[in-house]
This record gives sequence, C-alpha cells and structure tokens, in this order.
Amino acid sequence: MTAKVSYGSVEVGTELPAQSFPVTRATLVQYAGASGDFNPIHWNEKFAREVGLPDVIAHGMFTMAEAVRVVTDWAGDPGAVVDYGVRFTKPVVVPNDDKGALIEVSGKVAAKLDDNLVRVNLVAMCDGKKVLGMSRAVVRLA
Amino acid sequence: MALDQSFVGRTYPPTPAYEVGREKIREFAEAVGDTHPAYVDREAARALGHADVIAPPTFVFSITYRAAGVVVQDPQLGLDYSRVVHGDQKFRYVRPVRAGDRLTVTSTIESIKSLAGNDVLDIRGDVHDEAGELVVTAVTKLVARAAEEA
Repeated sequence: MTAKVSYGSVEVGTELPAQSFPVTRATLVQYAGASGDFNPIHWNEKFAREVGLPDVIAHGMFTMAEAVRVVTDWAGDPGAVVDYGVRFTKPVVVPNDDKGALIEVSGKVAAKLDDNLVRVNLVAMCDGKKVLGMSRAVVRLA
Repeated sequence: MALDQSFVGRTYPPTPAYEVGREKIREFAEAVGDTHPAYVDREAARALGHADVIAPPTFVFSITYRAAGVVVQDPQLGLDYSRVVHGDQKFRYVRPVRAGDRLTVTSTIESIKSLAGNDVLDIRGDVHDEAGELVVTAVTKLVARAAEEA
C-alpha cells in the first residue's frame, strides 16, 4: 500500500478535492451488468412506480462506489482504504433523459488516528439532498 | 411480524470459491467510471505494492450480497424479501481484493432489531482467500419495511 499523500501533510479539516459524478439510465444498465444487481427499480420505471418510487433510482452501491473515489483519487492507492461505510438515506432519482442525475461528493479529514490512518467524512448530494449518511472512510497515508 | 431473535449469531456454511477475474475487475471499474490504473494495469498495481491488479473497494459486494441471499431466503427466518431495502453498508479491509483471488464468504446474522415495526437485520460476510486468510468483512444492514395493512 503506497498512498501518495503523507500523514504529516494533513490536518483535521483538510478538504479533499470534490468531484461530481453524472449518472444516466445507460450508467445504471452498465452497472447492473457489471455488479450482477438486476433489480428492476434500477432500470424499469413502470416497476419503480408500482413499488412507490418517483422514478428509476440508482443502485445505492453505485453511489457508494462513486463517493469513495474522492478518497482513492486523493490518496493515490485504492488499496490504502481500510474501512468504508455509508448509510443510504435518500435515493438518487435518475430521469429518462440525456442529463440523468449528478452526484456531488466532497470530503474532509475528520480525525487523525494511529498508524498513519485518517478518517475522512464524505458528503454526497444529489438534487440538493444528502443521499448518503454516516459516510466515512479510513485510509492509510504514507 | 418480528423476526425470531434466536437467529442472532447463526452462521451459514461458506460459499463455493469465487475466482476474481481481471476482466471482471476491468468491467466493474469501467461501469463506475473509475480509470485508476491499479484496476487494469498489473505494473501500476505492483508499483503500489500489490501482487496483481486490485478491485475497487466496493467490488466485493457482488460476492457478499450473493452470499447473504442464503440468509435472506432462509425459509426458517421468514424475511419478506419483497419489502427489503438496503439500509447501510460497511466494509473492513485487511487487504484489497485482487485478480486471481479465490474467495469464500461465510455469512453470519449479527443482529436482529425491530424498529417502528420494521425488521432490521445486520448480516456480516467474512471473506477469506484460498489460504484461509481474512481479506475483508462486509456488514450489510437490510430493512424489511412493515406491511402497510398491519
């Protein structure tokens, strides 16, 4: 594990570069195939509406995969992540148009731990709503 | 209907080995739009100290979730899967998953709670490699919403 950021160079409050991740229906179909999660709420709006959703929604695990990229791109080594957890608080609604939805993720160092570990708190927003809660990653820095 | 508390601590037999393929890792990385070279280029992964290309952190969920299916579909437990949503997800990594790993998952029911009529179930999946070493632990919280007519 070889992170590119040194433990000594960060402080509590250090902000990670924020990123935005677009998601369209095509993204969801591709993710369904790659992950093996073919739940129709992620691609069939008729089905989604029948079970009470406003429209097709993104896989929670897709959003979780995107959010941690703020940490892995910053740290430089995805293998340096030792702990990662999220709560799925609000769905990412993906309309059937060219634009889809945009997941905006920011992160901040919330704690410096032993053994060069830091805890990063992530915030993931879509359409002005927080889509992940308790979103935290622990990563080992150099 | 509240689930039977006596299922807490129940461990299910390990799954057959899942072999992690480099093209499956590439497919997953492309699907999440992640272009990090450690997912597709063995030399880049080695330069970071990994034996082979590694998988993105959430890749292993595809394996642990399939394993959790035996719990979810255990007829004795009696969970109504049509009402289940994914509440929380956590991973604790000992090391990253990498191409060539042959992984087995052992699922355990960590807790069962009843909150406002909803059944809340924590399923822990311990993922081991062929040598029997722990690679990652996944904890999946499933919430079975209370039936509306109740």
